[in-house]
Amino acid sequence: MNIEKILLEHTAAPSRREFLKTSGMLIVGIGAAAAAAPFVAEAGAQTPRGLYPDPDYHQLDSWIVIHQDNTATFYVGKTDCGQGTGTAFRQMMSDELDMAFKDTTCIMGTTDITVDQGGSGGSDAIQTDGWPMRRVAAEARRVLLDMASQRFGVPVSALAVSNAVISVNADPSKHVTYGELIGGKKFNLTLTGANIDATTGVAKVKPVQELRNVGQSPQRYDIPEKVDGSLKWAVDVKLPGMVHARNVKPPVAGASLVSVDESSVRNMPGFVKVVSKGNYVAVVCEREEQAIAAARALKCNWQKPATPQLLAGSDGLFKYMRETPAKSSQTPINIGDVDMALTGAARVVEAEYDIPFQGHTAFGPAHALADPSNGQMTIYSNDMKSYGMRNGVATFLGMPREQVRVIWMQGPQGYGRTAADDAGFEAAYIAKEIGRPVRMQWMRDEEQGWDTKGPAFTFKIRGALDAHGNMIGLDYTARSADYNHLGYNEPDTVLIAQLMGQRRAMPAAGSSAYPNDMYAIPHRRTRLDVVGLPLIWETPLRTGNLRDPNGPQSTFAAESFIDEMAVAAKADPVEFRMRLLTGARDDDSGFKRARSIAVLKAAAEKYGWQPRPAPGARRSGDILTGRGVAYAFRNQTVVAEIAEVEVNRKTGRVWVKRLVCAHDCGLVINPEALRRTIEGGMQHSISRALYEEVAFDAEKVLSSNWVNHPTLTHLDAPAQIDVVIVNGDPNPNRPDLPHYGAGETSCKPMIAAVANAIFDATGVRLRRVPFRKERVLAALNAANV
Amino acid sequence: MSNITLRVNGRAHTVDVEPSTPLLYILRNDLGLQGPRFGCGLGQCGACTVIINGAAVRSCITPTSSVKGEVTTLEGLSQGGTLHPLQQAWIDEQVPQCGFCQNGQIMTAKALLDKNPHPTDDQIRQGMAGTLCRCMTYYRIQAAIKRVAGRNA
Repeated sequence: MNIEKILLEHTAAPSRREFLKTSGMLIVGIGAAAAAAPFVAEAGAQTPRGLYPDPDYHQLDSWIVIHQDNTATFYVGKTDCGQGTGTAFRQMMSDELDMAFKDTTCIMGTTDITVDQGGSGGSDAIQTDGWPMRRVAAEARRVLLDMASQRFGVPVSALAVSNAVISVNADPSKHVTYGELIGGKKFNLTLTGANIDATTGVAKVKPVQELRNVGQSPQRYDIPEKVDGSLKWAVDVKLPGMVHARNVKPPVAGASLVSVDESSVRNMPGFVKVVSKGNYVAVVCEREEQAIAAARALKCNWQKPATPQLLAGSDGLFKYMRETPAKSSQTPINIGDVDMALTGAARVVEAEYDIPFQGHTAFGPAHALADPSNGQMTIYSNDMKSYGMRNGVATFLGMPREQVRVIWMQGPQGYGRTAADDAGFEAAYIAKEIGRPVRMQWMRDEEQGWDTKGPAFTFKIRGALDAHGNMIGLDYTARSADYNHLGYNEPDTVLIAQLMGQRRAMPAAGSSAYPNDMYAIPHRRTRLDVVGLPLIWETPLRTGNLRDPNGPQSTFAAESFIDEMAVAAKADPVEFRMRLLTGARDDDSGFKRARSIAVLKAAAEKYGWQPRPAPGARRSGDILTGRGVAYAFRNQTVVAEIAEVEVNRKTGRVWVKRLVCAHDCGLVINPEALRRTIEGGMQHSISRALYEEVAFDAEKVLSSNWVNHPTLTHLDAPAQIDVVIVNGDPNPNRPDLPHYGAGETSCKPMIAAVANAIFDATGVRLRRVPFRKERVLAALNAANV
Repeated sequence: MSNITLRVNGRAHTVDVEPSTPLLYILRNDLGLQGPRFGCGLGQCGACTVIINGAAVRSCITPTSSVKGEVTTLEGLSQGGTLHPLQQAWIDEQVPQCGFCQNGQIMTAKALLDKNPHPTDDQIRQGMAGTLCRCMTYYRIQAAIKRVAGRNA
């Protein structure tokens, strides 16, 4: 079947737009199954101009459609990076609506048919965006009850509602379904709220005790089609007349394009065009393999910069970061008198920690398809921030935003990479140039080399212990290589714009970080600096939001250091942390502290933690075993993780054999989906702890594939993972906790937990990430372990 | 360009392509299949895995002209509308996060279990070692494989 036909058969959007625009009936009834795939294609490109307005979030109809078959479709402005947020939205909204989960579907992140909730990022889908979803669903239920009240001539209080059927309490033979009341028709109800997050009707959301679908674990609806091959991903979209494009990147950072020799590829099979502007070059061919071949064959004359632009390479990075003046600094925290505490301390501990640039290195490289039909632009994309890309592309191309839309579809590993959605901008630019639908995809070496990077950090920390082994002072300095951090699909976020010379006047300040801990340390000072590398535009070391940006780095340093303090105090590391959490501090929050204690206790209990100072007694044999704990807060979510490692004394290989996570994100929507998210988050950070580092020399990134830039594999999978969901506030007098975010917190403490476990096993402290076996072995040998 | 006939998921297809074209592009762009995907183009990650003559093969580095025998893709695993036990186990364990790599995971696991229906933990780890997942679902993948191998995960 031709793809156009498939897309049209599954499409919800044309009728959807019509529905929002007029008061007419839906042309196509969208049953629960058919609406699952939000694919859109304009048959024959006959769409008129200016048809992509923003759905009005103040209209209930923009969020919820009830169908005649008594099912509902929810339209939300988020995307699902694979953690099951779509399933969670359906649970939350169906609960407020009193519908069965199975009778609902959810359409996400397509800019002309779903309200703009910003797409994904910041683990805020459940924590922030779930609220307006719940409120509008509650409002829809209220309106439906009013309609039934009028129909039956009884007050709402005399009605009951269950699974989208409203019945009269006194006479249950009188009943009506939602579909009968409003199926295919509009609510025509205006909501209020100063912004989309505040969107609300009159109805109140249900108290936790009345939620039925929330707290259950329905299977994720996206999984069956992901395992049988039926899901159409953004990589799968095909349109009539489409062509394939591949980029040609500068051979070294900061190179300028002098000339392109089109004759070097003009006679290659399927050649369509070389597109070039400034330092941006791409080749377009009819077929995909032809574009790959032509991009490799294209002869370009590049002028190298007068001096190499990437320092002395990755080996010289940390020296440079420690010595170069800061480009920007955040407001320092200064509590008590750290200098006095250090001077008067019974013991001072000092340590430096380094963590390199780590790439997103998405499993599938950047890709998008752009359709320029009728002078408009439709981009089929896995961009987690599809709304940002719509605005960014419109600005970049100089098009009215009403003529640009982004259709979000599933894609690989959305942990921040697509917040700088290079391929979407590139496909759109080339499509506009040549007037045909263009599919752009990066190659593996390009993705490893030129994707956005999580910033490198270097830390210097000093701590003071009093004579009783209490931690009384902390002097913390973090420096990140994060200057000109972009990452919200602003036009100059993407490489194509930078290569074409589009730059803002003032680079972005970037950020450094201190972990949000609750430790009661009376004298504290934190200095947070951002340093810039010599090259800040058109750089392969462009920084972006890598899952929990800055969190794994700063928590690695801070939670390693707390462990070092515990060692100096000859204290058990869990007990040492407990003491810091229960101590007094003026700016402390009893609420956060109490929840922190609860998760630490839960993790220690699940692990079977026996108190003792680290390191443990060294055994003979090649395999040394140890345990490490670390703890973190992120917004309102708190997590404690314990890693048990085996260190091979002969090879230096580290295996994280067992993981325990205690996790409190308040009200849990889907416990099983949450467990999977936590498991993935922890293992993602184990990969960062053991393997990941962007290698570069003075001119270019050297990491180009999965051999020279390794990642975690099946060989590294833990043998056992225990996740303890700590749901709630230990104080029974407080109201129920709301739903907080869970997409990133579990990533935060794991690098530190692994480092602490390696120390416990070997007595050797590793302060430089990643702990690849060569580095571990060298450290063991240096310490005669 | 030349005509090449391929048998894929039980059907014959003749395509007119450059013989050295990697099989992946033919499967995706000419035959409209979506299971095998581009991940690296280097045979390093497994996203493009198909099964040929019982072996898990990286279609991104397999010249189309070299293909001898039936090609099975993810779409060809189910029989008569019933999912392959591995696919069902993937659902039961709720394995995928983003899911982009899972074609390679499932196809590699199938080839592994077809050769060795009751692998040890270590054999599973070794057999799957070259098939990468960047959402790090390894623990659940191994649990799903053990389910099918008749072991309590």
